[in-house]
Amino acid sequence: MKFDAPATFNPIDRLKVVGRPTDRIDGPLKATGTAPYAYERHDVVPNQAYGYVVGSAIAKGRIASIDLKDAAAAPGVLAVVTAQNAGKLDKGEFNVARLFGGPDIQHYHQAIALVVAETFEQARAAAQLVRVDYVPAKGAFDLAAAKDAAIKLEPSFGGPADTAAGDFAGAFAKAPVRLDATYSTPDQSHAMMEPHASIAAWDGDRLTVWTSNQMIDWGTTDMAKTLRIGKEKVRLVSPYIGGGFGGKLFLRADALLAALGARAAKRPVKVALPRPLMINNTTHRPATIQRIRIGATKDGKIAAIGHESWSGNLPGGDPETAVGQTRLLYAGKNRMTAMRTAHLDLAEGNAMRAPGEAPGMMALEIAIDEMAEKLNLDPIEFRIRNDTQVDPEHPQRPFSQRQLIECLRIGSDRFGWSKRNPAPGKTRDGRWLVGLGVAAAFRNNLLAPSGARVRLDDRGIVTVETDMTDIGTGSYTIIAQTAAEMMGVSLDKVVVRLGDSAFPVSCGSGGQFGANNSTSGVYAACVKLREAVARKLGFNSPDVAFVDGEVRSGNRSVALAEAAGERGLAAEDAIEYGELDKTYQQSTFGAHFVEVAVDAATAEIRLRRMLAVCAAGRILNPKSARSQVIGAMTMGAGAALMEELVVDKRRGFFVNHDLAGYEVPVHADIPHQDVIFLDETDPISSPMKAKGVGELGICGVGAAVANAIYNATGVRVRDYPITLDKLLDRLPEMA
Amino acid sequence: MKSFTYERAASPAEAAAAAARIAGAKFIAGGTNLLDLMKLEIETPAHLIDVNGLALDKIEATADGGLRIGALVRNTDLAADQRVRRDYGLLARALLAGASGQLRNKATTAGNLLQRTRCPYFYDTNQPCNKRKPGSGCAALGGFSRAHAVVGVSDACIAVYPSDMAVALMALDATVETVCADGTTRRIPIAQLYRLPGETPHVENVLESGELISAVSLPKPVGGAHIYRKVRDRASYAFALVSVGAIVQRDGTGRVALGGVAPKPWRVAAAEAELPRGAKAVTAALLADAKPTRENAFKLPLVERTLGAVLRDARA
Amino acid sequence: MAKVSFVVNGEARTLDLDTRTTLLDALREHLHLTGTKKGCDHGQCGACTVMVDGRRINSCLTLAVMHEGDDITTIEGLGTPQKLHPMQAAFVKHDGYQCGYCTPGQICSAVAALDEIKAGIPSHVSADLTAPPQLTAIELRERMSGNICRCGAYSNILDAIAEVAGRTS
Repeated sequence: MKFDAPATFNPIDRLKVVGRPTDRIDGPLKATGTAPYAYERHDVVPNQAYGYVVGSAIAKGRIASIDLKDAAAAPGVLAVVTAQNAGKLDKGEFNVARLFGGPDIQHYHQAIALVVAETFEQARAAAQLVRVDYVPAKGAFDLAAAKDAAIKLEPSFGGPADTAAGDFAGAFAKAPVRLDATYSTPDQSHAMMEPHASIAAWDGDRLTVWTSNQMIDWGTTDMAKTLRIGKEKVRLVSPYIGGGFGGKLFLRADALLAALGARAAKRPVKVALPRPLMINNTTHRPATIQRIRIGATKDGKIAAIGHESWSGNLPGGDPETAVGQTRLLYAGKNRMTAMRTAHLDLAEGNAMRAPGEAPGMMALEIAIDEMAEKLNLDPIEFRIRNDTQVDPEHPQRPFSQRQLIECLRIGSDRFGWSKRNPAPGKTRDGRWLVGLGVAAAFRNNLLAPSGARVRLDDRGIVTVETDMTDIGTGSYTIIAQTAAEMMGVSLDKVVVRLGDSAFPVSCGSGGQFGANNSTSGVYAACVKLREAVARKLGFNSPDVAFVDGEVRSGNRSVALAEAAGERGLAAEDAIEYGELDKTYQQSTFGAHFVEVAVDAATAEIRLRRMLAVCAAGRILNPKSARSQVIGAMTMGAGAALMEELVVDKRRGFFVNHDLAGYEVPVHADIPHQDVIFLDETDPISSPMKAKGVGELGICGVGAAVANAIYNATGVRVRDYPITLDKLLDRLPEMA
Repeated sequence: MKSFTYERAASPAEAAAAAARIAGAKFIAGGTNLLDLMKLEIETPAHLIDVNGLALDKIEATADGGLRIGALVRNTDLAADQRVRRDYGLLARALLAGASGQLRNKATTAGNLLQRTRCPYFYDTNQPCNKRKPGSGCAALGGFSRAHAVVGVSDACIAVYPSDMAVALMALDATVETVCADGTTRRIPIAQLYRLPGETPHVENVLESGELISAVSLPKPVGGAHIYRKVRDRASYAFALVSVGAIVQRDGTGRVALGGVAPKPWRVAAAEAELPRGAKAVTAALLADAKPTRENAFKLPLVERTLGAVLRDARA
Repeated sequence: MAKVSFVVNGEARTLDLDTRTTLLDALREHLHLTGTKKGCDHGQCGACTVMVDGRRINSCLTLAVMHEGDDITTIEGLGTPQKLHPMQAAFVKHDGYQCGYCTPGQICSAVAALDEIKAGIPSHVSADLTAPPQLTAIELRERMSGNICRCGAYSNILDAIAEVAGRTS
């Protein structure tokens, strides 16, 4: 189905199932520990052996020699695989660094060997016996030092490296009120709870991998390419994924090495990345240095806005597209954005939840707060004065929907913003300095083709199959809701099967595009199935209604089960998009409100309240969508307050590479969170009239925290994370 | 994890004798730190002596009005003991500030005392570390050292000692009771248990080969306000950046010990004499010989400010 | 190798194990009780939380052979999809999860944490050490802090636990 004109009334608009806060259909499995994750598939193939990954001990250089003798001779060992003995390997299309290193080493903990043994304990012990002689080489690990040599690289996603409109330099120079400030965000880790894990089994020249992957088709493609075999020989299965956040978008070492280990050991092999290896072995969100310049008139209208960002990556890697939102969020005639990429020899930088906008909004929305203060304007009012209903770089392109002002106003009322004392450092509650902060939320709505197959059987059961994944996002449930709505059945009559490369290719999970696109694909397949049902019954399709498990036309009514007949009916289709995302700018909007308390003595920062107001098209399931938003708020709070991969600039690696060292929020860090969804439908986005919401919640929340800390203490920190040591020397003297 | 043989000890004396007799033997009780390190082959015992069956899990009143805490009393149980909560609030508070509910349910009194540093370079066997591999160097010096020690350090090691409980025990003048390999017992004041790194950071305490901690005893309660203040980025389930354990009497005298600043729980007698003069004077004496790095120099003002808050709370 | 016998979810089990096998791996790899999750294997996340003799522990940081004669309860011992434990049902109702990987650990921990409050065990945030601990949100958050949820379902998990606590107190 080609979606090239705004949606009109369709069966989804009945909202009998879609739009309801239904419990997740996979909930009972998850709550009882019976949902099967990759490493646990004892059921799929017998005789599984255990693989343990050895990572490089150096960041850059080469392996002079590798001695496998002791490892191979260790108890229980079945095979030791290295890049040298694994056969010729290609590199995946979506991989920047090779997944299997040696002799050249591109980054710390790059996988260099896999030890396969009868048991996990044997494989882990033998992995320590792989002896490697390295010839280290000098690498670049310091973004600030490499910044000046950074080059202009066109990113593969997220628009061009540079944009400009009007005369930024001239307008900025003339502006009566100006801000020129530099912000930094650190490298961050996805730190999903389930480590990357795979079980691989060969049947002749056919490979099946039970894995944990967000993008089944990318993974299948890259597994075939890396192994230099036909894609039709590879099957990936990933029905449950213990979190991804972008860290499982790609084929990673666990899957490749399991496949190679299984080939070498001649039996199925399972591999999970050990937690302390994950951070340097896999991908991360790259650090940024961002310079923002804003010039405004005295009445608070932005005349010039410029945003530059520097990030690092391995050769072939993308920039972190941190300036993207600044092209769209606020009005202003004179504008410039630019991204520059420095060569760094750290592990590959790549997408993490809301790549670009998450770190970009962390900087931009502090800058807006600073500018509002310079103008002596309330920061909400400043944002409202600079709203735009069109793409400010291309004013002929309107936004499909844009309710930023509504989000800010509703949030302001709900949060009690009017009670905020605009003078920083003046609100005291016992030992605590208290502050409120606000930030806009913004994330683009991305469109991607997505396919599905729908079957109807003689019990009236509708089965949906698509390689779409559920990484905690609620895909199972919203897809079931979509099929139920389309076919006029109750939710318990729908079976959803996901995450298998044997199913039609979907959009996959990423970029908050999963929900809208995958359900639109299911919508398309259901439209076809409805046509097939009508055709079979000889119904005249325009007046056919699918209601309560029946097909009705005129005064005729037939049960779906009967219509399906013994052989059942099936249909497959995909949603594809025309030019509506070029004619219109499609984005999601919101407002974040945060109350913090800062200990007047120790500068410990604790969150007291959080509220997000979101305008993101139709909300397909307010319960799971709300969870997406609070989860993103939590991750954003971590980014604001504690998350930082610390680079050892001499040795070239992330030092705090486990869950004790890389702190993410725990229960005690997160207060009650409120989420409000505006009642919105966006017929320009898709037949579902939905948009993404899973990443909107992380975009801006970090800055809202930072702005609240400023309001509480009067200390402006532009270098994330905002930890107590950055406040301490500027807090008021102790009484 | 290297292979090891395993036995369950029948008595403290037998356990100590076996540990001295068998090369590479180690005791295991809660296991929450030892197994963590064994998985990374930072600890590589050839033999494990499981001491969990030894009847060292009682908290008993002593003749002099104190408490004797069995080495195997779990952190949860120690913190929940009514006498500890009433008379040694500092100890209960310190215990509860540490780790998580799950870990406190397993971790023992003796194991907590002997837990090892969480220095990330100590934990990464690819990196030089004098504590893990004597003579290999210290990667934390000149590296990531935000959480590291600022006082009591050496050019060989700046690792920080992680226990909260031990900070309280230090302020409470606890005594560690042990059983030696030859069956004799000895009593070690906690102030003498730990060694500073000097040139030998791998030697962390004065215990001898095979020596088993059997109990920790507390002198009779000293009264006063008991406050343990742990400062960290994350609100829970994190090690201290700085912690202050204090017992403050009505007349302003008292005791202070620090966590998160040194290779051992840090207490300086001369500093306590300064208590009536306030946090600045006490801190100056506590951290007189501090040698912070650029990354952890904030701990000095943080100690002073935290102590100031603690003293204010004590007065309130 | 060493032999160990214990009871898991009411059933007596005897295993012949490499002494290096953690309780977690014994459950997952030998007994195929995969509801208990391995998130970090180093006591840093809580996904492996089970109850041993009624107390919650991290099963990754204990050896299976150290549990001779113990009574172990895993998530599978609390309820089934057809017959959910009240805590499991509350997690479903309040959407106290997203990816589901930390969930069994959260639920085991929550069940045990409520028992700990009932038993009068204080916490870091208990205002009065000598008084019985209160059933407040701040108490629950502190007690649950050994269970990391990277999806960030904390606010919902709290609602689920509070509902069960309210019902049983």
